[in-house]
Amino acid sequence: MHPAFSVIFLTTLIGVGQGLFLALYTGQVYALFNVLSERGDHHFYAMGSLIALVFLVAGLAASFFHLGRPERAWRSATQWRTSWLSREVIVLPAFMACVFIYGMAHYFTWDMPLFTLGETLQVDFIMLVGAVGTLLCFALFVSTGMIYACLRFLQEWHTPLTVSNFILLGGASGFALATAYAALAAPGLTGFYGKWALIITVLAFASRLASLVRNHKLKPKSTLQSAIGVRHAKIAQQSQGFMGGSFNTREFFHGKSASMLRSVKWLFIALTFALPFVFLAWGLSINSTGLLLMAFAVQYVGLIAERWFFFAQANHPQNLYYQTIS
Amino acid sequence: MTQLALVIDLNVCVGCHACVTNCKEWNTSGMAGPLSDFNPYGADPTGTFLNRVQTFEVGTFPNTETVHFPKSCLHCEEPPCVPVCPTGASYKRKEDGIVLVDYDKCIGCKYCSWACPYGVREIDEKQKVMKKCTLCVDRIYDMGLPEKERKPACVLACPTSARLYGDVHDPESEVSVAIRENSGYQLMPEWGTKPSNHYLPRRKTQLRIHDDELMRADNPLKKERLLPKPDKNEPSLDDVTSW
Repeated sequence: MHPAFSVIFLTTLIGVGQGLFLALYTGQVYALFNVLSERGDHHFYAMGSLIALVFLVAGLAASFFHLGRPERAWRSATQWRTSWLSREVIVLPAFMACVFIYGMAHYFTWDMPLFTLGETLQVDFIMLVGAVGTLLCFALFVSTGMIYACLRFLQEWHTPLTVSNFILLGGASGFALATAYAALAAPGLTGFYGKWALIITVLAFASRLASLVRNHKLKPKSTLQSAIGVRHAKIAQQSQGFMGGSFNTREFFHGKSASMLRSVKWLFIALTFALPFVFLAWGLSINSTGLLLMAFAVQYVGLIAERWFFFAQANHPQNLYYQTIS
Repeated sequence: MTQLALVIDLNVCVGCHACVTNCKEWNTSGMAGPLSDFNPYGADPTGTFLNRVQTFEVGTFPNTETVHFPKSCLHCEEPPCVPVCPTGASYKRKEDGIVLVDYDKCIGCKYCSWACPYGVREIDEKQKVMKKCTLCVDRIYDMGLPEKERKPACVLACPTSARLYGDVHDPESEVSVAIRENSGYQLMPEWGTKPSNHYLPRRKTQLRIHDDELMRADNPLKKERLLPKPDKNEPSLDDVTSW
């Protein structure tokens, strides 16, 4: 497939926003259960929510560049019964609203306990909004992943690993950003976010590696034989029916060499997993904000390469029909 | 239930592109707007077509065969492009099974084209909406046309009648009979899309002649043998058989 930068930025940016929100809320829940000695003040969470929201809005804005008719985008919320894209279109604004309310609740400290769970656990409005936000956050990850995973002829995508990759890669980049943010605004929380960022980065690497191995072993289900229905071992296209390009020759081919594809693969493995891991561990051990910021920045660049490779690697069966100009 | 479709006879198609040309002509002139072209006479021409004719070579020289292969939307019975559409612009008509795009609802997200394994949807780069074969829905029900012209433009254009059109759910229709009697098949059956359009394979009529049909061993008169040459002076039966 041809990697479109609008979609690359959409998926990576909202991934960061989602991950950051999850990090913030996780920290708050830990603090609630008194697992975490240090808890950030409301201002820290409000600012964090704002940063998450900025990433989500940027992602949403990028997605509009993918549409031919963005003025009709509102229509895309109608087919939620069948279309994962439609579900994403509904869940994304809902999640953004939740993050906004969560941030506002922190900013205006709406922390009057609403009810008590068990003996001592006091639940306030912020915790409730956060819980709903977490649900929506995972729903959004699943919707985004399923947009690709549900296309059964794109065999490279048609696996649960696609969804787990979206969750873990988004989570890793969000927690990495939370670590850097905490280093700047609430140093006491840096270690907590940093450790989770390390763990999620390792998990994301495992999941992405599994999908790389799986895709390496894939055997295309469709062949030229089944595409035109002629049973012969040797079939060669002599003409695709036109001399110039068409939508079919542009949208479904990445147009880059196999060696470039290989280079991008190693590049994203280094930038998304190896280097951020080193920078995070190093930054945490010597308490360097610069290194932690660097870890997030490098990982985000790596994610752009990862998403580019994700699209480029997918081989659409329609390409069987477009192999020879004339 | 009706399922209109095309049956394309690869045994007859000569790859003349008349169907492509007539399809483009009809569908670029309709009220749905033109099928846009860019640089049609320039260095890198590109444009939207609803039908393409491709050519494949089967086998190794000298035992090769050229297969001309027309390709347009197959109007699948389980169209994978329809449920993925976020706006409902892509739909399959209940009454005749034609898969259509509502150009006024399409947002041009191209997701349906990703979901089609056959690559038969093409975006119109000017109108920014997805276009595809409509089976000339604006022709086939037009009562203003004489009945024999109420067929898709490609079918009318084909000089060799390689394109048949009709209801594949009606067992007695021309298309159903053609599929049944000439081993009609579907493209990429492995995806379970159940294409309505079918293709008829290349077929060779072979006459099998055995040696004893040329030289009959049981012929009592040994008719095929060389006859003894009579003398020139002998009387002949007539002028024709004499030599």
